[in-house]
Amino acid sequence: MSVAATARRTSSRLVTSALAQRIGSLALLVAVWQVAAIAVHSRMLPSAGTVFAALVQLTLHGTLLFNLGITLARVAAAFVVAMIIGTAIGIVMGRSRTMDVLFDSWLVLLLNLPALVIIVLAYVWFGLTEAAAIGAVAVNKIPAVAVTVREGARALDRDYAEMAESFHVGRWRTLRHVIMPQLYPYIFAAARSGLALVWKIVLIVELLGLSNGVGFEIQLYFQQFDVTRILAYSIAFVAVIQVIEWALFQPLERRAGRWRR
Amino acid sequence: MIPALVAEIRDKRYPGARGAQPHVALAGLSLQAAAGEIVALVGPSGCGKTTFLNIVAGLDRDFAGEVRLAPRPDGQRARVGYVFQEPRLLPWRTVHENIALVLPPHRAEGIVRDMLKAVGLAEARDRYPPQLSGGMSRRVSIARAFAIEPDLLLMDEPFVSLDHDTVEQLRALLLKLWHARPTTVLFVTHDLREALVLADRLVLLSGAPARVVADLPVGLARNRRHSGAEIERLREEVLRHHRELIGAVGAPTPVD
Repeated sequence: MSVAATARRTSSRLVTSALAQRIGSLALLVAVWQVAAIAVHSRMLPSAGTVFAALVQLTLHGTLLFNLGITLARVAAAFVVAMIIGTAIGIVMGRSRTMDVLFDSWLVLLLNLPALVIIVLAYVWFGLTEAAAIGAVAVNKIPAVAVTVREGARALDRDYAEMAESFHVGRWRTLRHVIMPQLYPYIFAAARSGLALVWKIVLIVELLGLSNGVGFEIQLYFQQFDVTRILAYSIAFVAVIQVIEWALFQPLERRAGRWRR
Repeated sequence: MIPALVAEIRDKRYPGARGAQPHVALAGLSLQAAAGEIVALVGPSGCGKTTFLNIVAGLDRDFAGEVRLAPRPDGQRARVGYVFQEPRLLPWRTVHENIALVLPPHRAEGIVRDMLKAVGLAEARDRYPPQLSGGMSRRVSIARAFAIEPDLLLMDEPFVSLDHDTVEQLRALLLKLWHARPTTVLFVTHDLREALVLADRLVLLSGAPARVVADLPVGLARNRRHSGAEIERLREEVLRHHRELIGAVGAPTPVD
């Protein structure tokens, strides 16, 4: 057998065993949950079976898919806005000492401002609108993206910049082919932690000021102390976010790093 | 005839660290090059050769003096190709994309194909630079510089840290490309033999701050320079008149 084939087999076996471990770990969690539910025997801690039944029922006959879709759309909008603005701010502050000195304190301030304060202020100033909600989520995420990308922009290789300048490559092509590829690892790091943060804040924004979405539904069930449906919604949402990570982020990251062998 | 390049650098200094004296890199260095001439700049390392090339390339504008490049026949600004000491290929772009980057997009395809063929790398078109050997990377870097049809080609010790055979091949390749499309070349090296093999003219530089010590035509037809003995004879003659070079550009007795 060739070395490459052996390597492929080894790596596919590794992937299989990693997947098996993950499934095993999740099965353990479900088992612990089940045991605890039986021991407690309360409506406040439904068993895994009850929750999955509720999940199926909500999906087929309820508004789960609709609310999930609405919330995901908000997550996507806030995420894209935050990534674009945060990346732009990060590049400018990483490249220009003046801008960095001018606005560094602003970033620190924003980083430490509680999400709740930003959301409340956005609703007070701009009303209970979709734009205010998405804007508030984006503003929560922008400083973290900017700080991460700024790190990358500070570490840009001067040699490549000189090459591009001496050959008159032009600003736009330099940004696209020379600068951005050096920033991708930082942007991916920001995107990953960003997605996790953004969807959590979106739920709070929905709970506080909107009339649909996963956050709004959870608030309704909270008023009814309906833990079963709260858990059903949570599981659906966590699963969707994980699928986005697997199906979107990881392939994109592999693509961006395909020159590294 | 108007020279292709006139450079007069009166003063170039780097600010010293807090309180320290500024470092004078160049002072009173003037140089001219005729169109189509290969000029070798020979001097000890650290004498400011790279600084000088960066000024000529327009990368460094913080100096006192003047650099004039003759415009192209169609009146356009002169094009400058640069072959850096390290190839400086973008590792995240393929060989093809690295060359296409410096070309206008609508003409890139054909030019890249021709250049890759000319440097013998047609097969490596879609490979990424980390997969190339040192010699291949240098070829791509040279192809990129020639692809823009430069009026002035700057080469900053482009063949260091390569094995002897690879260096010979790359020199031959450089001369082949240059014969196919002659252009003015400033070739920086600290290797007097390399300068004698390639150049029409040697410009010998002093240690920092660099100034011109001697300006010597190489009076030997290029096709007679394959002989190591001829080069050796020339080299000893240069060293006899410029004893200050001994030690700066290698010991008087050949080691290899």
